[in-house]
Order: sequence, then C-alpha cells, then structure tokens
Amino acid sequence: MKALYLYFGLLINTCFIYFFPTWGKPISQAKQIHADTTLYGFGRAVTQAEIDKIDIDVSPSGKGLPQGKGIATEGKKIFEAKCVACHGIGGTGGVGGVLVTTNDTKIKKKEKTIGNYWPFATTVFDYVRRAMPFNQPGSLSNQEVYHLTAYLLHANGIIDEKKIIDAQTLPKIEMPNHKAFVPDDRTGGSIIR
Amino acid sequence: MKLNNSYCGQNESIFMQEQDKIIEISQTFPMTVSRRKLLGGMVTTAVAITQSANGQTIQKGLTDEDPTKVTGTLAGEIGTRSPFVKSVKKPSDISSRSPLQDFYGFITPSDLHFERHHGGVPLIDPQKHELIIHGLVEKPLKFSLADLKRFPSVSRIAFLECSGNFRTGKETMTPQEIAGLTSQSEWTGVKLATLFREVGVKPSAKWFLAEGGDSAVMTRSIPVAKGWEDAIIAYGQNGEPVRPEQGFPFRLFLPGWEGNTSVKWLRRIELSDEPFMTREETSKYTEAIKDGKIRMFSFDIDARSIITFPSFPQSIEKGWIEIKGLAWSGRGKVLKVEVSTNAGKTWQVANIQEPVLDKAHVRFRYLWKWNGEETEIMSRVTDETGYTQPTFQQLVEARGSEMGGYHLNPITAWQIKKDGRVLLKPENLRA
Repeated sequence: MKALYLYFGLLINTCFIYFFPTWGKPISQAKQIHADTTLYGFGRAVTQAEIDKIDIDVSPSGKGLPQGKGIATEGKKIFEAKCVACHGIGGTGGVGGVLVTTNDTKIKKKEKTIGNYWPFATTVFDYVRRAMPFNQPGSLSNQEVYHLTAYLLHANGIIDEKKIIDAQTLPKIEMPNHKAFVPDDRTGGSIIR
Repeated sequence: MKLNNSYCGQNESIFMQEQDKIIEISQTFPMTVSRRKLLGGMVTTAVAITQSANGQTIQKGLTDEDPTKVTGTLAGEIGTRSPFVKSVKKPSDISSRSPLQDFYGFITPSDLHFERHHGGVPLIDPQKHELIIHGLVEKPLKFSLADLKRFPSVSRIAFLECSGNFRTGKETMTPQEIAGLTSQSEWTGVKLATLFREVGVKPSAKWFLAEGGDSAVMTRSIPVAKGWEDAIIAYGQNGEPVRPEQGFPFRLFLPGWEGNTSVKWLRRIELSDEPFMTREETSKYTEAIKDGKIRMFSFDIDARSIITFPSFPQSIEKGWIEIKGLAWSGRGKVLKVEVSTNAGKTWQVANIQEPVLDKAHVRFRYLWKWNGEETEIMSRVTDETGYTQPTFQQLVEARGSEMGGYHLNPITAWQIKKDGRVLLKPENLRA
C-alpha cells in the first residue's frame, strides 16, 4: 500500500515538473491587449463653456485673471466687512491667521504673511477667489477680489494706496520674498538635506 | 490656517453628532416564528442590540453572563469593532491622526486612515461629479465615476503621509501624536497615464494642476512626468469605494509624495507649461532651509521609521519584549531597519515582515530581553537609495535651526524607565 501511495506521489510530482511549465507559459504569455497603448474612447467631449465655468485658476503670468480692477481703499471696506472677524483688524491676526507683516517683531519673526513670505502676488487673487471667506467660499465677485488683493498688498507695504490692480499690473508686482524660494535639492542617497 | 481649524472642527462635530445618533431597536417576540426571528427574540432577553444611523449592529449593554449560555448578536449589515476595543483617530481642528500604536499589520483600517483637509469633508453625489481634463491637450474630456471604472484598473498598496507629520516637545506623547499623519491602503483606480493618452497630452505640457471639489477648491501643481509614471485616479480604498474623508468619489493618488499633492474629491486637471504657484505650494508646504532659502516642490517623502511598541503610555516588564514598529520611504523600498536598545551606541538589524513593497509601510520586529535597567530604544530605516533616517540633530545641521516644520523624519527615541514606564525622548527644538 505504501508503495502505491509513493507511486502516485511521484506521478503527481512528475506532472508538476514536466507539464506545469508547458501549460503555464502559453497562458501567462497569451496575447493581451496592451493596456498602455490602447485608446478606449471613454469619457465625453467637454465644451469650452463647461471648462470656463470651473477654470478659476490664475497663473503667475496673469493667465486666468478676469476683467476688472481693484484699489486698496475699496478693498479696506470689504476687508472690514467680510474678513476682519477671522484675520483681525488690518489683517494682523485672528483665528484665520496673520496676513499682514507689521513692525511687531514677535509676529514678524514667527508668522508667515503675504508680505514676508508669499512669492507671487497672483496667488493672493487665486486663493481669495477660490476659498474665501471661509464660511462663504467662492462668494466674492471678481471686482471684490481685485479690491481685496490691492488692499492686502498695500497693507503689507508692497504697493501704494493708489495703485490700480488689474490683469496687467498684478503679475508684474515683485514680492519681497520671491528670491528666497529654491527647488527641492533632496535626492535620496546618503546625503541628508 | 487657524481659521480652517475652527470652522473645520465645527463642521466635523455637527456631522459626528448626526452620525452617532443611536437608534434603539426593540426586539419583541415575533408573531410569525422562524428560526431566525426566534433567535432575534431570544436575544432581547440577554443583550441589548442597537443599531446606529449608518446601519451598524452594535453589541451593547454586555453583562457578566457566560457568553456560551446566551445567544449572541445576529448577523448584521456592517461589521463592528469589539466594544472592548477602543481604537480611534485623534482629531484636531484641521486633521485627524491614525492610532499607529494600535495596528498589527501594514494596512490601515479605512476608518482609521488619517484625515487632513482644508475646508471640511464635502458631501459629493457621484452622479453630479465629473473630472474635467483640459489645457495643453489635443481633446479635452470629462469623466464620470462610471466612465473611470470602465478603464483598465490598477491596485497598489502604498502609504500616504502628510509632509507636516512630526510633533515633539514633551515626554507624554504617543506614536499617534508624533507621527499619526501617515496611513496605508490598497488604492484602486485608473492610471492617470491612461487618461493622459485619451486626452492627448501635448509635449509642451510640463505641469498639471490638480483641483479638488471641496470648499477650499484645493489645488496643487504636479510635474507631468509624475502623472505618466505612477499617478492613479483612485476610486477604491481597501476594496471599497474611497471614503468621503479620503476623497469620495475619487482622488488623485501620487505614491511616495507628500500627502497634500494627492488631491481629494478631484474635479479638474489642467495641463500647463508652468506651475500655477497655488497657495498650498507657496505659502504652505514649503520649508525654510539654510541661508534664508525656502524649499518648494519638495515632493518626496524621506525614509522614516518609528517604534510603536513599546511606546508611551505603555509600560513593560523585565524579560523578552518584541519591539515592533513601522518603516517606510517615498523613494522606493525599505532596505533595512535597525534597532538600538542602548541609546544609539550599537544597532542591530530588525526583522522585516514581507512583502516589502515600493513606497509602502513595512512592519519591523526585534526581540529584546530587557534587564530592567534604564535605557533608550530607537529605530532607523535605510531605503534602497542608500538614505538612512537621520537624527533630529542631523536635520538641524543640514537645514539650519530655523528649519520649517515640513518633511521632518527624525529617529524617534523612547526612554525606558526602571519601573517599566515608556516615555518619549523629546527633541530640543533649538538644539
């Protein structure tokens, strides 16, 4: 009896050794549609109007900036109505953080503000329009966003009070901290950066 | 940022209250007797079964009775944790941390995956949500969730870590508090490369904007090369639809990169020749280094490990102890993990649990016989690029004492006290 089991055991082993590779190979190498070159045609065409509806980003080049213009004095009024509750009087601090660099050295050192940190002025317009005010995101008109952008840049001492902020002038504004930004230099390997 | 904190917290707590409303189901003896209903009726005599608003059957009001002498809870629609297990995330106003010390494996249970969002978790009806891809493409297209599911799918197990994932400063801190903004899932979806081919990304496209459909309409600029390499539009997480906190109905997933770039609730991708310089990649997620410089687009997560047992607030007894923890690298596979049980004087290689996956958490274990003397234990990982996890001091030397809070991955040391207490050895932030 033991011999019989041994015999079957060997037979089964033999099957695996000799037949499995010849069965397995053609299956694993069977011709498959190559997922990385095929075009499937799924998804639907999107119209320019559909894109425009949600394409709200603004680039440092000014691409994406809408019609309109802003001035700090008007922005101050909007700020006091819609922003001051979270960012404090003059943008000097609140639950929403400090926006404006002041002469207070404690704040200046610790808090990143538009004036002492942000490298691009266009980011102010982009971010305020997409996400502010926090409790009513996306509710500001382009006109209001231009005014607020002008106000925040003026409050940080970057532009003077009468400067008109629009699609032409905003991308040209040089931010004080722009030059500090450098690309990532970490590469892995043995060096700690 | 703090604004987000408070409002975020408010929104969350309101949501939680609704979710946690418990509906008591009174189980009366049924008129029509079937075996199933009979069992249900009998249960009322021993265990109060409650059902939460989201359909979980919960064992509640357990008594001292012998469980072999009373009928148990009936089969339910959704599984539960034992009422004896308390494993929860630790929320702040803007994020919620994974309980790393509670995990046995390398997959994070989906409901314990860390959260980080900038305007709360949006409620999105997948029927009304689309992904639009446009910009420097031959053919702008929009994709519904159903469209995305028709494409060939891929799955990969990989970690996701927020780059602002290091806390220190006191001895009484848990792994969750120190490094709980990392989690690991099996992500399933369609390769972004597949969609790039469908829309015909132009050679002039070097970056793409990923934009979320949350109230922050959060955006990041990503090099196109990453999109071709291994980006996934993920609609599945650990076998089920991605959870709302993780980006339902679908999110971008960029293996090995700082979590903020894996934009959730994805609604738009715009191909461009330049980065967009969004708020998240300029005023946030950038870090001061030496000479007044600020590093930006620092995408890769450097290799890191942490011992999760023993850790605060656990305590240990003399004798054999299996030191356990997690290790990972955003640059590839974990090559080795070493453990020191003598405050870093000597290091021994720990065992790593297979499989070791690319850009994934691994679990490591090291057997140690504690003699009852005070000491410090710590771990350090080396990844396949040859990078070895640094000490906090090495990071300060490399980046300067004014270094920013992102991408900090220092060796974490635990003090073992004579009485068996385990305490964090906090870093002196101005070392």
